[in-house]
Amino acid sequence: MTSDAHTGTGRPADALRGDDETSTAPKKKGGGAVGGVANWMDERTGGAKGIRYLMNKVFPDHWSFMLGEVAMYSLIILLITGTFLTFWYVPSMGETIYHGSYTPLQGQQMSEAYKSTVDISMDVRGGLLIRQIHHWAALLFLVAIMLHMFRVFFTGAFRKPREINWVIGVLLFMLAMVEGFAGYSLPDDLLSGTGIRAAQGFMLSIPVIGSYVAYFVFGGAFPGSEIIPRLFTVHVLLLPAIIMGLFAAHMILLIVHKHTQFPGPGRSDHNVVGFKLMPVYTAKAGGFFFIVFGITALISGLVTINPIWMYGPYEPTMVTAGAQPDWYMGFADGALRLSPGWWEFTLLGHTFSLNVMIGAILLIPVIFTALGVYPFLEAWITGDKREHHLLDRPRNAPTRTAIGMGFIAFYFVLFVASGNDIMAITLHLSINDITHVMQASIFILPPLVFWITKRLCMSLQRSDRDLVLHGKESGRLIRTAEGRFFEAHTPLSEHDRWRLVSYETHRPIAAPTEADSNGVGRRQIAKDKMRARLSHFYFNDRIEAITPAELAAAHHDGQAFESIESAEDGDRLEIDSDEFDHHMHGGAEELSSGHAYSHPQDQEPS
Amino acid sequence: MSSLAAQRRHPASIVLVLLLGLVITGGLYALLAPSSAGAAVGSSSDLKSGKSLFLANCATCHGVNADGRENNPSLVGVGAAAVDFQVSSGRMPLSNPSVQAARNSSNVQFTSTQIKQLAEYVASLGAGPAIPSSKYTSLGGNIAKGGELFRVNCAMCHNFAGSGGALTRGKYAPNLMDVSGKQMYEAMLTGPQSMPVFNDTNLSPQDKKDVIAYLKNVKNEPSQGGHTLGNLGPVTEGMFAWTIGIGLLIGAAVWLGRKAA
Amino acid sequence: MTTSFTGPERHDHSEHQPEPGDHGRQGSDLINLGDGHHEGSGALPERFENPGLPEHVHRLGDDDPAAAKRSERQVASLFGVSMLATLLFVISYIVVGKGEIVTLPLIGATKALHVALGVTLGISLLCIGLGAVHWAKTLMSDTEVVEERHTLRSPDEDREGTVKILTDSAESTQLTRRPLIKYSLGGALGLFVVPLGLQLVGSLGPLPHDNLGVTLWDRKLNGKGRRLMRDPENTPIRLSDVTLGSVFHVLPEGIDDVQNPQDAKVKAAVLLVSMQESDIKNAKEASWGIQGVVAYSKICTHVGCPVGLYEHTTHHLLCPCHQSTFDMTNDCEVIFGPAKRRLPQLKISVNDAGYLVADQGFQEPVGPSFWERA
Repeated sequence: MTSDAHTGTGRPADALRGDDETSTAPKKKGGGAVGGVANWMDERTGGAKGIRYLMNKVFPDHWSFMLGEVAMYSLIILLITGTFLTFWYVPSMGETIYHGSYTPLQGQQMSEAYKSTVDISMDVRGGLLIRQIHHWAALLFLVAIMLHMFRVFFTGAFRKPREINWVIGVLLFMLAMVEGFAGYSLPDDLLSGTGIRAAQGFMLSIPVIGSYVAYFVFGGAFPGSEIIPRLFTVHVLLLPAIIMGLFAAHMILLIVHKHTQFPGPGRSDHNVVGFKLMPVYTAKAGGFFFIVFGITALISGLVTINPIWMYGPYEPTMVTAGAQPDWYMGFADGALRLSPGWWEFTLLGHTFSLNVMIGAILLIPVIFTALGVYPFLEAWITGDKREHHLLDRPRNAPTRTAIGMGFIAFYFVLFVASGNDIMAITLHLSINDITHVMQASIFILPPLVFWITKRLCMSLQRSDRDLVLHGKESGRLIRTAEGRFFEAHTPLSEHDRWRLVSYETHRPIAAPTEADSNGVGRRQIAKDKMRARLSHFYFNDRIEAITPAELAAAHHDGQAFESIESAEDGDRLEIDSDEFDHHMHGGAEELSSGHAYSHPQDQEPS
Repeated sequence: MSSLAAQRRHPASIVLVLLLGLVITGGLYALLAPSSAGAAVGSSSDLKSGKSLFLANCATCHGVNADGRENNPSLVGVGAAAVDFQVSSGRMPLSNPSVQAARNSSNVQFTSTQIKQLAEYVASLGAGPAIPSSKYTSLGGNIAKGGELFRVNCAMCHNFAGSGGALTRGKYAPNLMDVSGKQMYEAMLTGPQSMPVFNDTNLSPQDKKDVIAYLKNVKNEPSQGGHTLGNLGPVTEGMFAWTIGIGLLIGAAVWLGRKAA
Repeated sequence: MTTSFTGPERHDHSEHQPEPGDHGRQGSDLINLGDGHHEGSGALPERFENPGLPEHVHRLGDDDPAAAKRSERQVASLFGVSMLATLLFVISYIVVGKGEIVTLPLIGATKALHVALGVTLGISLLCIGLGAVHWAKTLMSDTEVVEERHTLRSPDEDREGTVKILTDSAESTQLTRRPLIKYSLGGALGLFVVPLGLQLVGSLGPLPHDNLGVTLWDRKLNGKGRRLMRDPENTPIRLSDVTLGSVFHVLPEGIDDVQNPQDAKVKAAVLLVSMQESDIKNAKEASWGIQGVVAYSKICTHVGCPVGLYEHTTHHLLCPCHQSTFDMTNDCEVIFGPAKRRLPQLKISVNDAGYLVADQGFQEPVGPSFWERA
């Protein structure tokens, strides 16, 4: 039972759970009016302890740690501007005739939702600015969430104890997408109306219940008069409430866990090195909120987004070329564009529209489930049950990094495919050719990117090893008595070195042998075998960090001087890997099963 | 284009000529050419110059009798409007055969007089839509009505703001921002390349004028909210967010995370 | 089920001579230290030691009061600019007219009010942020602080206590001993959402019935087939109007008189084109049209976008949403893209007055596929 996982010992937080405040009278009244208010508050809330604890929280400095903050601040901007917009927006599909100030729409029939959005854009002073801030912040919100997720993934920040927070983050990402789509649909313009039209087609593709789902969601036939008011409720009430709840949980867990940090001298799994919330991070993070808001406002002042007055009101018979959703829904749209028509078939008197359902209905839950499950899968494969607060440098987890990049390649192909028509006109290509290339790429590119990334990570690790063994090139040439040239290398300082040698590498686990499997169920054996195979896939090719012994040996061999013409040197040091046929330098060996240099424990699972 | 157009010399004869044309074509085809200008039968000297221009510049592909060769279309019956559109937009003479002839203002090889002579010569080979009157190609149409017509009939190919869009196999509907009103009118009337025909019973001359007014307004109206990003929709917006937008924010984050000097 | 890490067990480097007797853990082979590169006991640790925080490096402002003063002035200027921008925002809001235009480099002519508000608001906010961060970076302490972490796991005592409360509760409520309560409670709790769920789902919308398969073309108008009308003018079309190479966007007659015109348009939109009769390869297509003039549903069979991109040279019809391409010479079969089914054809004829008319509706449901369709 770990029902009370938050409770630790000896942490300042425990003060919060300790005895209640018992002092009966304020002891001092320093600090003037502020002190007075603080005293008044604390006597009624006991908040000083918690606030003191929070203000002492230490946050490490790294630009990539600010990506999550960009997302958080975008969310706040969205809440502020969104609230403004609700004061003018009318969530109604009632038909009306436009008689506002924008001539090109004069006398056009349109819904009240569209008319009110045009009014916000044209007649409310600064209304268009608020609308554009809202929309740009939404795009940046999702960009930042995604990059934040990449940062967490590639640095292994999702490992124990942060798996729950990863899952919350994945949920937030998915909800933010749905929230974005709902908001994009509210103006009821031609483009977003086409999007809702397609969404109804998506619903219809669901087997058995599809048409019921569509009729329930739309309150009858498409477009009906219900969808905009319903999306409005979802967009301003339901999803924001869930998102804020999950976001609060995300933040509380962040505070409980304390922030991760990159490896470096003085940093370990048992500490966090950085600056306190008060004053430095209050100024930095608080200031950053204004920077994010300011940049978003500047962009919104200078660059148009979603010019709904140009799109015109939604009419079911109209459509525009270049019909795309906002970028975060692009990958699903791209998947639809790449799906072949023969995925639809009729069986037993019923229509299976897999050409629609796979891309539009299944893809998003499948991708997000895979994302949510990943930390648990990796933990199972490594069997690592320790807490991790030091981040991995991406190169030091080559297989994970390669899997992540492979996934990004997959996503990227779908994403690009959703812009195939825009690519066709801007690059003067055939839309058919682009689509065929994308269809092939979706199968070719992810494995290729996986392979390249893994090799790249390992060569970076090798060069790290080189650097540790031989130091930095000093640029100073030395000539030996025999006339050979050497470049003198300066060894790394222990601080510089630590960053390169402090990482740990998992080793593949052995497959269960017959002897192990006595008395164990067949299912368990299969599971163990699968785990051994995955472990082999992850860690068979690996490059381990330099040990003091290796460094000492290198010095002993006089490798502080590396030959410029290192043919002789290379012959001795380079080892062919039978699997990948490449060369390694400077004593960095790739450890591979069945390899002459492998550890006896690393035998290939049979 | 094998449609027939009513031909006439005088605006007053428009109804009569229309009826005549309907009878002649068996009631099958009717095209109300709005203009009296550019009638098929010009002065004989114009026809002569037109013919020599045709033989020198067009006959290689379209044949000496303009009746087409292999994949090159016959020009008999395409009318003066088609010639004026193709030549004044620089699409013809085609310098570099590709999927589709592109608008190319640097390839306009003739003066407006020469184009007129060429158009008259081709029109004399077979009746076709005439060059429209400036009455319908100048500004002054109903912008809002034009916008609605544009969204029904044109936006699916040319995009909501006339920024252009992709068709199949490398073909495309071009950007309309720099197209003159006359050329827009001629394109609707004659249906160049992949574009279908919007004859005067489909989009009346006044409808066409409204569409032109709408497009001219799109070009000339000031942007409501800053740079338009080419009016291409969410793709360019997404690209902006992923490059400049997040780039600025990351730049600020890098500055924030770096130790001060 | 064990996994090893590189910490405790280093593998053997066979190039180097192992020297037994070194103090590595469990037989790890260490390396001959050789000569005086390293001093000490002769034993090397398995891993490098964490060298601890590097020495603190001072910033300019830490030692140079002038630099600190400069930072102070920079921060104050940024805050000052912010105030100025805020003031300009207020002035712009009040003064700049809605119709005023400003021409900017790169952007061109644009609404002055919008740009003025956006830029001043942006600068006002940005300068607060830049000032605060610059202040934090240059003037606030940049000595790194170390906060210790503690394992998240609760002490055993707390964990056991928690479990004990739970087991005691189970005991005192007698839940374990009285399965009748346990299962009936489970059932009641499991079912209580049913009324709420039923109310919601049941009342969200009507059942589809056969609504998806019916269009306005199926419903006769005054006992006669509906005429084909131009969209949006709502005027009838003569066969002679549809000249070769033309495309007409069509809605059924009387569309504006039905209860929900939008709902009807979605299914009834039609594209009318005219081709050479000899170009039509499909006999049914030719016979359902007249003299090469054919009418097809404009609603894509993929997810329902209006398919309007008609190339009159190739007679291909392209959907702008997902690029499904239909061949209009061959009964609109799909030749590219994610759609599977042909667009349904509308059989047309000419009525006594010479107008195009649809005697019957579509013979199959239009638009996206759905489960009950086949």
